[in-house]
Amino acid sequence: MRWHPLEIAFWLCTLLPFAVAPSYLSLASQIAITALFALSLDLILGYAGIVSLGHAAFFGFGAYSAGLLSKHYLGEPLTGLLAAAIAAGVLGYALSHVIVRFRHLALIMLTLGFGLLLHEAANSASALTGGADGLQGIKVGTLFGFKFDMFGRTAYAYSLAVLFLCFLICRRIIHSPFGLALRGIRENATRMPAIGAPSRAHLRKAYTIAAAIAGIAGALLTQTTSTVSLEVLSFGRSADVLVILILGGAGRLYGGIIGAIIYLVARDQFSGINPQYWYFWIGLLLVVVVMFLPNGILGGLARFFPRRA
Amino acid sequence: MLSSLAAVLFDGFAYGMLLFLLSVGLSVTLGMMNFVNLAHCSFAAVGGYATVTLVNRLGWPFLATLPIAFAAAALVSILLERTLYRRLYRSSDLDQCLLTIGIVFISVAAFAWFYTTEQQSARVPEYLKGSVQFLGVNFAVYRLFLIVFGLATTAILVLLLEQTRFGARVRAAVDNQRMARGLGIDVDRAFMITFALGGGLAGLGGALAIEVIGLDPAFALTYLVYVLIVVAVGGLGSIGGSFAAAAVLGISDMAGKYYFPWLGAFLIYLVMVALLMWRPAGLFGKR
Repeated sequence: MRWHPLEIAFWLCTLLPFAVAPSYLSLASQIAITALFALSLDLILGYAGIVSLGHAAFFGFGAYSAGLLSKHYLGEPLTGLLAAAIAAGVLGYALSHVIVRFRHLALIMLTLGFGLLLHEAANSASALTGGADGLQGIKVGTLFGFKFDMFGRTAYAYSLAVLFLCFLICRRIIHSPFGLALRGIRENATRMPAIGAPSRAHLRKAYTIAAAIAGIAGALLTQTTSTVSLEVLSFGRSADVLVILILGGAGRLYGGIIGAIIYLVARDQFSGINPQYWYFWIGLLLVVVVMFLPNGILGGLARFFPRRA
Repeated sequence: MLSSLAAVLFDGFAYGMLLFLLSVGLSVTLGMMNFVNLAHCSFAAVGGYATVTLVNRLGWPFLATLPIAFAAAALVSILLERTLYRRLYRSSDLDQCLLTIGIVFISVAAFAWFYTTEQQSARVPEYLKGSVQFLGVNFAVYRLFLIVFGLATTAILVLLLEQTRFGARVRAAVDNQRMARGLGIDVDRAFMITFALGGGLAGLGGALAIEVIGLDPAFALTYLVYVLIVVAVGGLGSIGGSFAAAAVLGISDMAGKYYFPWLGAFLIYLVMVALLMWRPAGLFGKR
């Protein structure tokens, strides 16, 4: 796939926070992490059509894996990232065997159920996870000699680089025959096997990849903040990432990234007001997007630009 | 040991009746239109807050507020059905989920705005307080009242659905919507009435729940999971299924909290996941 000039311009813009807004670097790394998480959801929801209300399970599993590894064994960030990807990927592979067999309400309830189960399990196993207090005492080592400082310079560079690499992988997957088959399955899961694409095997693969990427996003959060709270597994996080993806536009690679930027910047700006009222606007936004912008912001924009966005 | 078991069974069953009231409407409307209405518990909260307002600010007696709670929730559900839901009947599950979750968020914020985030309470009359002792076990009067109320509602609903012309239309629409339309049944109208009835029952459940589990703005989100479990496990469009699932869920939740408090809600979720994997259409579901 050729790169569109707008895409190149977009990625150059992601470097701007270093020069223009150094005081917002920690927010910028939050955005990069959330964007990566939304990208992983996009892979299964936007492309493969698996609705998930419990995607935070993999995010949280990756976050705890990386946290426990650096607390007890070694704090080298890249190893932690790899370990989190493998751990979340294995969990995703195991669950994918169940997930692909269901559709509609049963699927929604099962993804919700697995997410809640993991949340409760982490809450109960407080000896391992620290329970409601969160995992304390994580020591993250240096990355190529750069320390994670309080200004978030290293954190943002690191998160952005990982986001970009994962984005490249996803982009490659989406434009491969496998990615095309996934979209076919989304449109009609029974017709695809007839032209030689095994639906369930493909869905399992996509689900595993998405889980691994979500795990990486979780590990990034652990390493850039040096803590893991129980919130990483919460239903709220699953719902937030869904809102972000829908807002930006599902089934478009940039949807999750745009959504994350808008959502987190808006939340940062409105953080003065009470969080309950923040959810009022999110709710209103959801209603408006579903009613008037069925393909999200990017889908709305794409109508003005014929072909690709 | 035995008396504690009886107490758990009794409390759990009363709790189950509450869950039944909260979820039966969703089960029938989901079966009919396949519309995933995650905002069902917001209707329950509407009923709950109607009762709180009438009892605490206007001094109404508790029982007299129940019909108003029913009517308020039914009215809100009809309004939403007419303006928003109607347009999404043919949309994907995801769109329906998102729209209704959006409504939940709005309702949670709106209740927090008008009633603060504090737990609300509504004074129940003296004769519903206290407890009676029977064979060495204490039975709270209010929970007895809940059980009687739940059983009576179930009986009325079953009669309505099995014995009346309207019930026959609803059953036809649940079984095969297109065929029912073909036979000249006004499915939209039947659905609207069912939807209002279901919303009203949820409102009633919300009002009755204040005394047992409390009411705060997050009610619509907290109990959403329980209601969905009842619906998914009981099977769509089945009153008997919802009743059984609600009773089992109520009792096992109570038993879990009493005997294995360290497990938290883990047990409930595990039971739900296992049941769904075994029977994706629910215990009594046909599809």
